[in-house]
Amino acid sequence: MKQQANWSPYDNNGGTCVAIAGADYCVVASDTRMSTGYSILTRDYSKICQLAEKSVMASSGFQADVRALQKVLAARHAIYQHQHNKQMSCPAMAQLLSNTLYYKRFFPYYAFNVLGGLDSEGKGCVFTYDAVGSYERVGYSSQGSGSTLIMPFLDNQLKSPSPLLLPAQDAVTPLSESEAIDLVKTCFASATERDIYTAAKYPYFTLFSEHVRHVLQGDKLEIVVLNVSGIRREYMELRKD
Amino acid sequence: MKFDASGLESHVLRGGVSDDLLSVFPTAPSFEIPGATDFDGFQKEAIQMVKPAKGTTTLAFIFKDGVMVAADSRASMGGYISSQSVKKIIEINPYMLGTMAGGAADCQFWHRNLGIKCRLHELANKRRISVTGASKLLANILYSYRGMGLSVGTMIAGWDETGPGLYYVDSEGGRLKGMRFSVGSGSPYAYGVLDSGYRYDMSVEEAAELARRAIYHATFRDGASGGVASVYHVGPNGWKKLSGDDVAELHYNYYPVEATVVEHEMAETSTA
Repeated sequence: MKQQANWSPYDNNGGTCVAIAGADYCVVASDTRMSTGYSILTRDYSKICQLAEKSVMASSGFQADVRALQKVLAARHAIYQHQHNKQMSCPAMAQLLSNTLYYKRFFPYYAFNVLGGLDSEGKGCVFTYDAVGSYERVGYSSQGSGSTLIMPFLDNQLKSPSPLLLPAQDAVTPLSESEAIDLVKTCFASATERDIYTAAKYPYFTLFSEHVRHVLQGDKLEIVVLNVSGIRREYMELRKD
Repeated sequence: MKFDASGLESHVLRGGVSDDLLSVFPTAPSFEIPGATDFDGFQKEAIQMVKPAKGTTTLAFIFKDGVMVAADSRASMGGYISSQSVKKIIEINPYMLGTMAGGAADCQFWHRNLGIKCRLHELANKRRISVTGASKLLANILYSYRGMGLSVGTMIAGWDETGPGLYYVDSEGGRLKGMRFSVGSGSPYAYGVLDSGYRYDMSVEEAAELARRAIYHATFRDGASGGVASVYHVGPNGWKKLSGDDVAELHYNYYPVEATVVEHEMAETSTA
């Protein structure tokens, strides 16, 4: 047989993820649109997954791979709980995610992840990854189709001294929790203006109008906030185009 | 396709869990291989899609007081700078350092793996592994994956019973012992500075300054290098980080802003 279909197991479903770590909180956010090419598959697909009590992963890329990855991590975390009778810490989950991605080095998960959470001291932490498992602890990060629009903006607003500098300088994001949430909303507002794979935000005041509520269904910004008092989810309605 | 996964041995989960419970999950020791008829073609396409972080300048050299190791901190995916704060000097143990050039994930994963193997050697033999031995462990693993698309260019630097040691190891199977190496896209520029300024009998301060200057000049000419220039020294008592400087600020140390003579003073024009 000479002819054969080209085997291409990947698709790109788009989407943008952002995470910001603060002194005692962590904000993880992503849009809820899932696309393929120019078609929108759904406007209500969550890209954020809680892996442990204090670890949350947001993933863009190929959502089938992302789902498989989430299930592997959920299973590994269940084993960890049976063996150690405790929740996995966020830095441990970060290493596990790295190894899990690298074990598919020759057949990668097409997934771009940010892991947010609180470390053992209760400090906010963000880990950012490439598709084959190289990772780094940072103060803030963005991944996915809108990352090239959001990352320079976050650098401009939040850039802190590099952790590699000697003498070392404190590198925690100098924002309060509510300021960080507002910044995340601004990020998506900007990115959605120019990225078709990230759904655009509607101005606030329209949110409560009956007319608009009828028009709006789906395309949300999902924001997960972790702090001392636990985990909290917020949504912001987004528009359809 | 059958291939050697012995590089992963130390990752096997041990403990009270029965094997059949764990066997359900894709734990170690094996990498999943795509069922493509054309592995190389698939690999090439997959690598293009995920665009792993690349681009580097790293260097290391032996001098009379030990080994000096330095690197930049930039990672780029094509033209996009994906990070300016990568830790390219990996601390394998208190006496040994590895440098990172090529695929970030490949380097990170296999250096961590090497760190585990070195610790196990220490526990089994009650003495630290030699730099020669450690570099050979890594070289043998990388050689077993040769042709599968790993991208690693590393230097293993350390201090063992025989004194300072420095090896260059890469994913093509190369392993070289030497006094002076530089690896990465910025290495030609770093070599220029390093070769012209190197003397064996330098002091630690002189050596650190040479390493820093070589990295700075590489980041100045190589677009894929930049960020922070980190300098480590490995002596008889282990490694120590000597400096970490933002190269954008280093620029003004090497090229201070000088007051220029204003040739034409602005003069009042007559309004009449």
